[in-house]
Amino acid sequence: MSYIDIVPIGKIEEATLITLKHNLFQAFKIQTRIRNRPIDLSAAYDPFRGQYNSSGLLVQLINDLTPETMKILGVTEVDLFIPIFTFLFGEAQLNGPGALVSAHRLHNPFYGIPENEEMFEKRLLKESIHELGHTFGLIHCFTLRCVMNTSTYVEEIDQKSADFCRSCEQEILRWRNEHLTD
Amino acid sequence: MDHQKVSILIVDDEFSVRDSLYNWFKVEGYRVDTAENATEALKKLQEGPWDIALLDIKMPGMDGIELQKHIKRIDKTIVIVFITAFATVDTAVEAMRDGAFDYISKPVDPDKLSVLIRNAINHRRLVAENIQLKQKVEELSLQDEIVGESPQVKKIQELIEVVAQTDATVLIRGESGTGKELVAQAIHAKSNRRYFPIISINCGSLAEGLLESELFGHERGAFTGAQYKRKGKLEMANGGTIFFDEIGNISAKMQMDLLRVIETKQFTPLGSNKIINVDFRVIAATNTDLEKEVAEKNFREDFYYRLNVFSIQIPPLRERTADIPLLAYYFLGKYAKSMNKKVTDISSEAMKILTQYEWPGNIRELRNTIERALVVVGKKNSIEEEDLNLHTLSKQDSTEIESLEDLERAHIQRILERNNGNISKSAEILKIDRVTLYNKIKKYSLQR
Repeated sequence: MSYIDIVPIGKIEEATLITLKHNLFQAFKIQTRIRNRPIDLSAAYDPFRGQYNSSGLLVQLINDLTPETMKILGVTEVDLFIPIFTFLFGEAQLNGPGALVSAHRLHNPFYGIPENEEMFEKRLLKESIHELGHTFGLIHCFTLRCVMNTSTYVEEIDQKSADFCRSCEQEILRWRNEHLTD
Repeated sequence: MDHQKVSILIVDDEFSVRDSLYNWFKVEGYRVDTAENATEALKKLQEGPWDIALLDIKMPGMDGIELQKHIKRIDKTIVIVFITAFATVDTAVEAMRDGAFDYISKPVDPDKLSVLIRNAINHRRLVAENIQLKQKVEELSLQDEIVGESPQVKKIQELIEVVAQTDATVLIRGESGTGKELVAQAIHAKSNRRYFPIISINCGSLAEGLLESELFGHERGAFTGAQYKRKGKLEMANGGTIFFDEIGNISAKMQMDLLRVIETKQFTPLGSNKIINVDFRVIAATNTDLEKEVAEKNFREDFYYRLNVFSIQIPPLRERTADIPLLAYYFLGKYAKSMNKKVTDISSEAMKILTQYEWPGNIRELRNTIERALVVVGKKNSIEEEDLNLHTLSKQDSTEIESLEDLERAHIQRILERNNGNISKSAEILKIDRVTLYNKIKKYSLQR
């Protein structure tokens, strides 16, 4: 059996992870599981920027894959960066095993407005599918409603759907046919 | 431009920057590669073309500013964007002055980078389109070239080459249909103004009031019927050339107005009090004897001298008959292609008629004759004598023919020549009696 592993990095609400696990299975039709693994957040912390280096966390995440792990998604509440960018919603290895999403900028209070749990969970799901989509070889899509459409602002995440467009869906199906036997 | 066709080269000495930008552009679907210093970047640039180069300003060895100069020597069209952690106004200004498209400072807002790259792609596309359009202009300027190998045509071609490189006013003279506008277009096409328009105005075809409005433009309500503001041809020609055809036909007032505009390069549209500055080259053409018109005070002398800075005289076609076969085949090729006909030849009999004809309408008449012949030629692959419709006006029938008497005189002379002066035989063919023929020979002073 092959899985998409969901790994919490730092403190994450259990209910959020369970909802995400269920919805990711629906999106990819691949078994999902939550795996608690030690990830050293402090090693990725940049005190000058007050943020966490995404690439450093991704390296730790893919360091210890199990034979059943097909893809691995790290989920964290910390604010991510890579040296060239001010922030990141997430990072993934194109055609690789690992992906990472940050919930930090997906909460409404970050923008000074009251929390909306439903909206937050939708945003987290969309960004998780998006980053995992890259690990299946998908690049950014021009279709505005497709989940693989690029988002650099939270409003753009809200505007797109959690679904793949027909073309991206075909790519995922093709990948499944090539890599999955069960 | 499709993302997958756009190539981006990232040049930065920091691995983390190269790596993160590489991954960012890769998932965007671009073709992307990296170089950690100027030497590696130049090597990759020489291996193949790149659309966009992202250069770090501060690098060990050759810095980004210096690298830009080297890159521009390899490929002038590449779009260069600087990345810098030391974003100062000075370095940015220096980079932009040397031809960089834009710069970004680290760390970059992801949205700003997306917009910047999109703008860079659009810029690149516009530059490529501009190059293509310029090539198109060059190609078009070579079309409809002045055809001929006679000394007169060669001389005209030389004059065009010489005058095109200057901004001098040109006066083109020649009979109707000799190709005066073609010469004007050739001068414009070979000049530095070729990427700006050439605006033609036929001064002879418009009433004075209309000509004024056409040239100077007008404000809304400047006169009855002026419902909208309209730009004049002088303004439309800004940067390019204005071609005044049939300049000999304009009124004294218009001569004065135009003289002032040509001298000052300023004018005021009708109904406006705003002075408009323009920059254009003037080419004029006429088949009028301007010297005679000046002598008779019908054409202003100062205007004549202002126009007649550089004069090109185009000879009538009858004075360069050696060019007729070349022109005939040129028009044959041109119209056969446009009409999709497989006519490739002109019979020797038809060519004889073409070369003997006087061509009072000059090249325009020859062009129309060939075009008409191609319409009536049917399925033949060669234009024959009967396709030309020029039998009754061969060279023997001089262009002097204007009246019925002229026609009668020419016809009798031709019949006499054909019958070696034999009166009886000629009278029989002409269906008149011999006395009448004698009287006509006497009347028209014909030779037997």
